[in-house]
Amino acid sequence: MEVLQLFISGISQGCVYGLIALGFVLIYKATEMVNFAQGDIMMLGAYVAITFINIWDWPFYWAFPATVLVMAAVGVVLERVLLRPMIGEPHFAVLMLTIGLGFVLRAAAGAIWGNEPRALQTPYVGEVLRLGEAVIGYENLAIIIGTTVLCFLMWVFFRFTRVGIAMQAASQNQLAAFYVGIPVKRMYSLVWALSAAIAAVAGILTAPVSLVDPLIGFVGIKAFAAAIVGGFGSMPGAIIGGLLIGVVEQFAGLYLPPGFADMSAYVLLLVMLVIRPQGLFATMQKKKV
Amino acid sequence: MGNLLELRNIETYYGPVMAIRGVSMDIPEGKIVSLLGANGAGKTTVLKTISGAMEPQKGSVTYAGQPIQGKDPDWVARRGVAHVPEGREVFPFLSVDENLQMGAFSRSDNKIRQDIDMVYSYFPILKDLTKSQAVNLSGGQQQMLAIGRALMLRPKLMLLDEPSLGLSPRLVQEISKIIQRLNSEQGVTILLVEQNAKMALNVGHYGYVMEVGRIVMEDSCARLQQATDIQEFYLGMKEQGVRGRRRWKQRKTWR
Repeated sequence: MEVLQLFISGISQGCVYGLIALGFVLIYKATEMVNFAQGDIMMLGAYVAITFINIWDWPFYWAFPATVLVMAAVGVVLERVLLRPMIGEPHFAVLMLTIGLGFVLRAAAGAIWGNEPRALQTPYVGEVLRLGEAVIGYENLAIIIGTTVLCFLMWVFFRFTRVGIAMQAASQNQLAAFYVGIPVKRMYSLVWALSAAIAAVAGILTAPVSLVDPLIGFVGIKAFAAAIVGGFGSMPGAIIGGLLIGVVEQFAGLYLPPGFADMSAYVLLLVMLVIRPQGLFATMQKKKV
Repeated sequence: MGNLLELRNIETYYGPVMAIRGVSMDIPEGKIVSLLGANGAGKTTVLKTISGAMEPQKGSVTYAGQPIQGKDPDWVARRGVAHVPEGREVFPFLSVDENLQMGAFSRSDNKIRQDIDMVYSYFPILKDLTKSQAVNLSGGQQQMLAIGRALMLRPKLMLLDEPSLGLSPRLVQEISKIIQRLNSEQGVTILLVEQNAKMALNVGHYGYVMEVGRIVMEDSCARLQQATDIQEFYLGMKEQGVRGRRRWKQRKTWR
């Protein structure tokens, strides 16, 4: 039963990694930029939710969509103001820009909301579901259900809606997308909105489990490892990679000496890069030059 | 009928390299205009300059009486200029059907289904492949898909870049027939860029010849076919032309 318990908490932690990884992958696939501030955008989402719920006393089920919308808008603004002028610049410059953006967001969050950890008030905190001998906290259950629903929505969006297919088209062949009249630049804004919104969901879901402070964005590094394990550029891969790292971390925490839990994600990453460098779900074809 | 597209003194650069050195062309409405030239003459750059993928440093592109130089390519496409780029640029992981739907992305009318069927009537092979991913199609099928997708825009002007590239002689014939049909049945004005001079001159009404960034000759295609220079350099009709021999010599020295 211990195994089941560990497995479930691993899955719930892994969902958070997976969601952030999804944000990495979305932006990378569409724009070929890696957004290292993805974790910090999640942190910002959590603080926006805290502002709405803890400080302004909004009801949770109102604050949730409001936070997602606000963060989507933040994503658009970031893309328009910071990233769009960088189109055509070297990848390295874009990388530095997003890393710098992460620093700014952490500092700004510390200045606005303070550096001491805060807890997000949710209607479901503290309650548990018993499955045989395993106990699942409602907040963990919320993460798992929320991630599942979100993944389903994303699948529907990319598979069946006109805009979703156009986003795929723009990422598969940017030039051809321009030539058929798809507004590619607007698609980029939309991708940023989407990945910031996903990060916001991840932030709200994880806030009740781990307290919120300006440095929680650093889980982004583990999520980045998850994205690579899944095969950078594959959306299901991002989620699976996240789950894998979440589960491995839990088991390493129990069965291996202390310290290994935090290391395990990167060990898994290294092992993956040696055995299967293209990741679990290698979907990217060789780029034409 | 007037000119659908007019280029006046276009100069386009790749960084410091001047690819087009002052090109002026007229594309009359409802006609097929062929643009010939060897590798590196700047033909593709002319098309990119028209569709907005590249911005000319000097000169003007006038489409339907409106200057369009320097606009974004999606903006130009939404005004009815369909560019079919070289090398079958399809959306590899979308199905044939989705590729065609994307061709009509800028349209909001309810005739899209009907137009997809129209494309299938031009390219019956595609109809059997509606659900397959474009990456799994053969080269010729991808070329047909790219042309079909451009048709979904309901274009007034179609820019075709080397549609015959890498296709078998039979497919080249098929494609050139379809180009003529599109022109006569759909009333699409076509600017055809080709290295296959025989095909381009057979299909076109009017022709331009480019060399290192300049237009060096223009005439009706019928007259171009008779011109001795064209016969010699592009149609290979003169046995052992000056160029041919020179190339032969070079090849010998490689061994």
